[in-house]
Amino acid sequence: MIEIDDLRFSIAGRRIFDGLNLRIASGTVTAIMGPSGTGKTTLLRMITGQLRPGSGSVRVDGREVPALDRAGLYDLRRHIGMLFQNSALLTDDTVFDNVAFPLREHTRLPERLIRTVVLTKLHAVGLRGAARLMPSELSGGMARRVALARAMALDPDLLLYDEPFAGLDPISLGMILRLIKVNNDVLGVTSVVVSHDVEQISRIADYCYVVSGGRVIGEGTPEQLRHSDSALIQQFMSGAADGPVPFHYPASPYRDELLGGRS
Amino acid sequence: MGRLAQIGRRLAQAIRKLGSVVLFLLTMLQAMPYALRRPRLVTVQIHNAGVLSLVIIMTSGFFVGMVVGLQGYDAFSRLRQEDLLGAAAALSLIKELGPVVTALLFAGRAGTALTAEIGLMKATDQLSAMEVMAIDPMGRIVAPRFLGGLIAVPFLTAIFNSVGILGAYFVGVQLMGVDNGAFWSQMQEYVDSGDIREGIIKSLAFGGAASLVAVFEGYTADRTAEGVGLATTRTVVVTSVLVLILDYMITSFLL
Repeated sequence: MIEIDDLRFSIAGRRIFDGLNLRIASGTVTAIMGPSGTGKTTLLRMITGQLRPGSGSVRVDGREVPALDRAGLYDLRRHIGMLFQNSALLTDDTVFDNVAFPLREHTRLPERLIRTVVLTKLHAVGLRGAARLMPSELSGGMARRVALARAMALDPDLLLYDEPFAGLDPISLGMILRLIKVNNDVLGVTSVVVSHDVEQISRIADYCYVVSGGRVIGEGTPEQLRHSDSALIQQFMSGAADGPVPFHYPASPYRDELLGGRS
Repeated sequence: MGRLAQIGRRLAQAIRKLGSVVLFLLTMLQAMPYALRRPRLVTVQIHNAGVLSLVIIMTSGFFVGMVVGLQGYDAFSRLRQEDLLGAAAALSLIKELGPVVTALLFAGRAGTALTAEIGLMKATDQLSAMEVMAIDPMGRIVAPRFLGGLIAVPFLTAIFNSVGILGAYFVGVQLMGVDNGAFWSQMQEYVDSGDIREGIIKSLAFGGAASLVAVFEGYTADRTAEGVGLATTRTVVVTSVLVLILDYMITSFLL
């Protein structure tokens, strides 16, 4: 479904990807993990064609994304749903209108049928009763679920989740996990989940990639990664504060800095 | 040499910005059919930019008209030509004050709202979400707002002018005792269709410029609270200067 080869990309002189390769098979739940700032969200934006790589190949369903023109890109995106980290709901529209938005834009369904589809999607995320609420009246977890209902509105083949568990309470988190799994098992949707949350994502991912320093440093099933020999992967999987990825951001010696150059 | 390089850099920056505005305008024009196929999107924006600006436009128009009435009366009474007050007030409002002050008020009320709205939508990923849903934010968000402003400003200008003339009438005729018949007949005598055409051309140009600046600044704002704030400020500053420059250019061209 998704093939990325030798991806290289820099932004403002900073190298984000330096020869990244990965494969995501149809109908699987694939986790992209890695420390903050390794370009996981950037990778999702490359898959949707919002960003173009410096070099390398990004293929989705056999289509070379960077080579697509606007019409081709929009055609591809109609088969993709994306859950943004901050939900990205349209703040001036109700929950109902947010979920109805892609349906009204891309289909000629009568309003009666749109209502049925929207209520079905909202029911699936447990928020049918919140249809008339405004996004400002929702909690973070509810907003994430509405955004998921909107991402699922057109029954996409590929769903991209950008940090779907960030800032959620345990109940909302459990609901999102279950929804990702259900989408995958029942609807056969290919899911790509970008997350820091190793413990949670390991419960549902079929395959994981660990990205650091602009390339894939480890891959495998969650079980394989847990038994990896790599110190970096072990640090990441166990959540150790210090290790190959240092706790401290590069800085001058602590003593020198505190004494303001006097010693 | 360093100073020269700095001037060169500034100049290059200004040219680059101008180029990006032109590119933005062309992209927006390309997306215009989408907005035109959905007239409701445009009418909502005419309501937001136009109807919701009515109070400030009418209040300002009335007071500006009253000031024109007072100043005009003072000047004409020295020449013993008070009867010309109606014509002078109408000409100054229709040709100059109406289009310019309306555009400046529009930038302050509706332009800043447009910039902040689009900038915030960008900062909260709403525009990105639309792109991923294969919906062009240029057509769905930017073009209807531009059209709303472009259509609303000439109507707001006409209302400003009408209320302004009433303000001048109130001061000149009701308070200062200028003859009622002379006020209106002199206006009818000296204001011709060319003056009204000049006002319409100006209000269209100012409406287009103010709306373009507002949507451009919002769309290119940094995705931070400070970025949106700065973009909103730039909308007012750039529109104000641009309107005054355009005013001189159009006036010199039409006179």
